[in-house]
Amino acid sequence: MPTNGLDRERLTWIFTQMQRIREFEERVKRTFEDHPGTIRGHTHLADGAEASIVGSLAALEPDDQLLATYRCHGYPIALGTDPKLLMAEIYGRADGICGGYGGSMHLTDVSRGFLGTSGIVGQGIPQATGAAYAAQIRGRGQVVLSFFGDGASKQGAFHESLNIASLWKLPIVYVMENNNYNVVTRVEQEDANAAAGEPLAVKAKGYSMPGHTVDGGDPVAVYDTVSAAVERARSGGGPTLVESLVYRLSAHGNIIAPPGVPLHYPEHEAITVFGNKEEYEAALRGDPVPRFRAKLVTEGVLSAEEADAIAEAARAEMEGAVKFGLASPFPPAEDAVKYVYA
Amino acid sequence: MATHELPYIAAIEEAIREEMERDDSVLYFGQNIATHENDPFLKQFGGDRVRVTPISETAEIGMAVGTAIAGFRPVVELYMAEFMLVAMDQVVNEANRFHYMSKGQVKVPLVLKAGYGFTCGWAGQHTGTIYGMFTGVPGLKVVVPATAADAKGLMTAAIRDDNPVCYFHHYLLTLEHGDVPDGEHVVPLGRANVVREGADVTIVAIGWCLGKALAAAEQLAANGVEAEVIDPRTVAPLDTDTILASVAKTGRLVVVDQSTRHGSVAAVIAAEVADAGFGSLKAPVKLVTALDATVPYSEPMEAYLLPDEAKVADAVHQVLGNAPVAA
Repeated sequence: MPTNGLDRERLTWIFTQMQRIREFEERVKRTFEDHPGTIRGHTHLADGAEASIVGSLAALEPDDQLLATYRCHGYPIALGTDPKLLMAEIYGRADGICGGYGGSMHLTDVSRGFLGTSGIVGQGIPQATGAAYAAQIRGRGQVVLSFFGDGASKQGAFHESLNIASLWKLPIVYVMENNNYNVVTRVEQEDANAAAGEPLAVKAKGYSMPGHTVDGGDPVAVYDTVSAAVERARSGGGPTLVESLVYRLSAHGNIIAPPGVPLHYPEHEAITVFGNKEEYEAALRGDPVPRFRAKLVTEGVLSAEEADAIAEAARAEMEGAVKFGLASPFPPAEDAVKYVYA
Repeated sequence: MATHELPYIAAIEEAIREEMERDDSVLYFGQNIATHENDPFLKQFGGDRVRVTPISETAEIGMAVGTAIAGFRPVVELYMAEFMLVAMDQVVNEANRFHYMSKGQVKVPLVLKAGYGFTCGWAGQHTGTIYGMFTGVPGLKVVVPATAADAKGLMTAAIRDDNPVCYFHHYLLTLEHGDVPDGEHVVPLGRANVVREGADVTIVAIGWCLGKALAAAEQLAANGVEAEVIDPRTVAPLDTDTILASVAKTGRLVVVDQSTRHGSVAAVIAAEVADAGFGSLKAPVKLVTALDATVPYSEPMEAYLLPDEAKVADAVHQVLGNAPVAA
């Protein structure tokens, strides 16, 4: 893992954001046990993807924009949205970043360029492509990042969008977080490239754009790849597809159950469906957060004490977010009919 | 008021052109437009704001959502209403939800321009009257102009509106001429038009059916029956107040809609009147809709399915008690 081009401050920022996302997601997960009934519906965690998320966002300028998916907690944390407002949203409270209208799957913070998420697989890709068209017209050098998973590349929306983006040379970088699973379907069960032993980034070839596969557990590698793609987009060179190899460390989401059944997070599908404990344990050994910490400490970027202090501060901050979320009032029920029309 | 005569389709284009002149944020893109350098829109507004897209409805509409969230006002040329079905998620589960789910952080002002109801031999897949599929969808507005003047005024209003608007224009009206008011002409969304006043029966007629209803009203007037004819113009949100006020006056209601019966806006209007205006009714509400079948290719079969002047007049006679109610 070289750290070329990134100074101590930047590396520390990356580590801090990774640690904050991890601590946030840990607390979301723990809420199912500590405060049953507080989180409703379906929640998707970004643990395991922290390096990919933060390495990608580190490549952006303040005026740039992004759209993502229902697995959306990590991006706004790194962008600087107050995690109190995010936790309150996940708890369905009035102080939530979307006032309880959106919930876990639809975090949005337009003030930080996070334009929204689609909960329907692949459908955010054309939306991000449209934002990139808007950026092209505006001509201020903005770039858009489009985040989605490997499953989304089986949707027509993905293929239609990459075709147009390449045709029109739109300023967009498609970041595919390939975590090897579409819920409980393994990537080689549904993807022709994977089944043929090829990286999913080869799909870019079909649209005459560059495609790169990168170790999504290494934030510096992600940063290097995404920032080169961002610069290409910014200078009018057109889009790039980046396949970032990640491993989600939790199940796809909490269990799907009707009211009355307490919700919880099951074990990862590698274990529950495929009985492949080894795969999961290998992923745990490669956990990007301790991996990056060890690297920074080994290379003398941070002392062990400094790294511990960052982790401790993140823990305290996210415990505060839980407290804030729990204390926040519910929105007035009759507000449900507000915001139907602008 | 000074007017100029235009075909329905030209009135729509006039609205788009004038709004693009007025507001730089209005974009116009879609299939099979502006493919030649002499295209008037392309020449006037340039390739940034006017673009031909590939035949990719999901991307076209999804990109419209994205450009709208990012501050533009796209008008998407979709040609045929059915092509929207290819991209239904973007229309009924994306464009309409972002404002709400973000608690108003974003707005999605876009217009999906699509022709419908092309019942002149286009057979099963290009003839649908499908606005009913979109009218119960929170956050979407749906307009169905019946005249050249409304075609212009509703397009102007749709482009200026901060919400996603499905703009359904009727293909059989494409070359129908009408008087369009000179200068700025905006028809507010959500307001019905009482096209003809009358005290004996209310006929609500949507889109292309307005012409059938007006023809039937003239025929009825010759027999001493004065029908009030209402064109909702916008079917979402629906101006139920104007319809209820008319039914309070006439006590009788016929609703004419080219949609298949159970997917029709007519059924919704009948339900609203039953819910809020039952006390005014002197007779059961009568629906004149397309029959519940796919539109066939062959001409006599096609005509058999559709509302026409005679069916409207028959329905009026039934609610007036002048004819036996069909079993």
